[in-house]
Amino acid sequence: MRSIKIRRIIVTAVILLAAYLLQTAVFPALEIAGVKPNFMLIVTASFGFMRGSREGMLVGFVSGLLIDIQSGDMIGFYALIYLAAGYVNGIFEQIYFDEDIKLPLFLIAGTDLLYGVAIYFLTFLLRSDFNFLYYLNRIIIPETIYTIVITLVAYPLLLYINQRLEEEEKRSGSRFV
Amino acid sequence: MKKKNQTTRTNRYILIGLSVFCAFMMVLSSFSDKAAGPFRIVANVTVVPLQQGINHIGGWLGDMKDNFSTLQQLQEENSRLKDQVDALTTENNYLLEESYEYERLQELYELDQNYAEYEKTAAHVIGKDSGNWFNTFMIDKGRKDGIEKDMNVLAGSGLVGIVTEVGPTWSKVRSIIDDSTNVSGMVLSTSDTCIISGDLSLMSTGQIAFDQMENNDNVVAVGDQIVTSYISDKYLQGILIGSVSEINVDSNNLTRSGYITPAVDFRNIQEVLVITTTKAELTGENETGEQ
Repeated sequence: MRSIKIRRIIVTAVILLAAYLLQTAVFPALEIAGVKPNFMLIVTASFGFMRGSREGMLVGFVSGLLIDIQSGDMIGFYALIYLAAGYVNGIFEQIYFDEDIKLPLFLIAGTDLLYGVAIYFLTFLLRSDFNFLYYLNRIIIPETIYTIVITLVAYPLLLYINQRLEEEEKRSGSRFV
Repeated sequence: MKKKNQTTRTNRYILIGLSVFCAFMMVLSSFSDKAAGPFRIVANVTVVPLQQGINHIGGWLGDMKDNFSTLQQLQEENSRLKDQVDALTTENNYLLEESYEYERLQELYELDQNYAEYEKTAAHVIGKDSGNWFNTFMIDKGRKDGIEKDMNVLAGSGLVGIVTEVGPTWSKVRSIIDDSTNVSGMVLSTSDTCIISGDLSLMSTGQIAFDQMENNDNVVAVGDQIVTSYISDKYLQGILIGSVSEINVDSNNLTRSGYITPAVDFRNIQEVLVITTTKAELTGENETGEQ
């Protein structure tokens, strides 16, 4: 039972690391119209609605922290935003089914949209930059669209990994009970 | 049901706990740089080496994307560039002649202040900012290679940005087109100073804005070169920033403002040069030298 748990932690860590490396090293080369997709948010949101609030929160916290180390001026800023994203997505675990791709797409799009708005409010608006519509058209919406496109590829992969792990957990669980 | 309530409650405690931790770290790191230390060390041994490797893959993918541009376009560009090479060779020869003359004159007058000869070290860009809102990047040289905070970063001949953080094998550079950057600049021909500020809304057009240039009799025209000024305490004097692409007199009739086309193509920076002298060092040395 314990080894299964450890395996899940290791797999999650590897996914996070891979997502982070893709985000910082590969995606900048694939920018379209000056925006890149937000892969870390896809991972955070997916873990949220696939595995519940707790794992969503932890995954969000770690990915936010990674981003803080890389690019933020303040440690904890992105960690807090991703933490919230993971938690909120975790609430939707109850109405989530594996087969349905509409809900994940909708949730990830919504999360990315809210994420963009939050970044605008917390950094740009506080410097009295009121040009919200510009940022909406220039960054928030394009980023959301691009993220949805990447979700179509990345989400089935995450789902597959999760299903494999859950199968194994079930198998070992029934063996012990 | 009871068990479920319990898990939601623990979830809530975790949420509150981590949020408080984040808030605490934010406050702490806005007061002192040291708060981020432990996290940076962890990143050093785990993520940065991997980034350095995978960055090559990113570059490769980018090349693949560029390959889609049509052959015709490339041929046109090639012939255009060949013409340009010819023109530039002639110009270069002419300039070299002038440069020799300048050197002779300089020796004559014993001018030892030559800003063009800062010591530089080359570095590769290994990671960019993960979001779309800011413009910072990481380079693969750090404290071990003699990089320090506030060192100026160039690409080609133009100013790219400034080192804001240094790790053992990497450092973080904030570019001058980042929304939170302000640089004091001056017009090369007239020595009028101005403030150059990065702006996210201009990033896509490839321009940066400047303002607060005195509206005096000096004529500043489109195409005039803007370099870093003597006022700045972080940027070394005389580094090329770009050329004026638009200039207007402000409605108060006291100042002028406008736009600059940077000398550096910020869309694809792969290699940069870091000047290993900081302005603080330079001014400090000058003071002791005079005493």
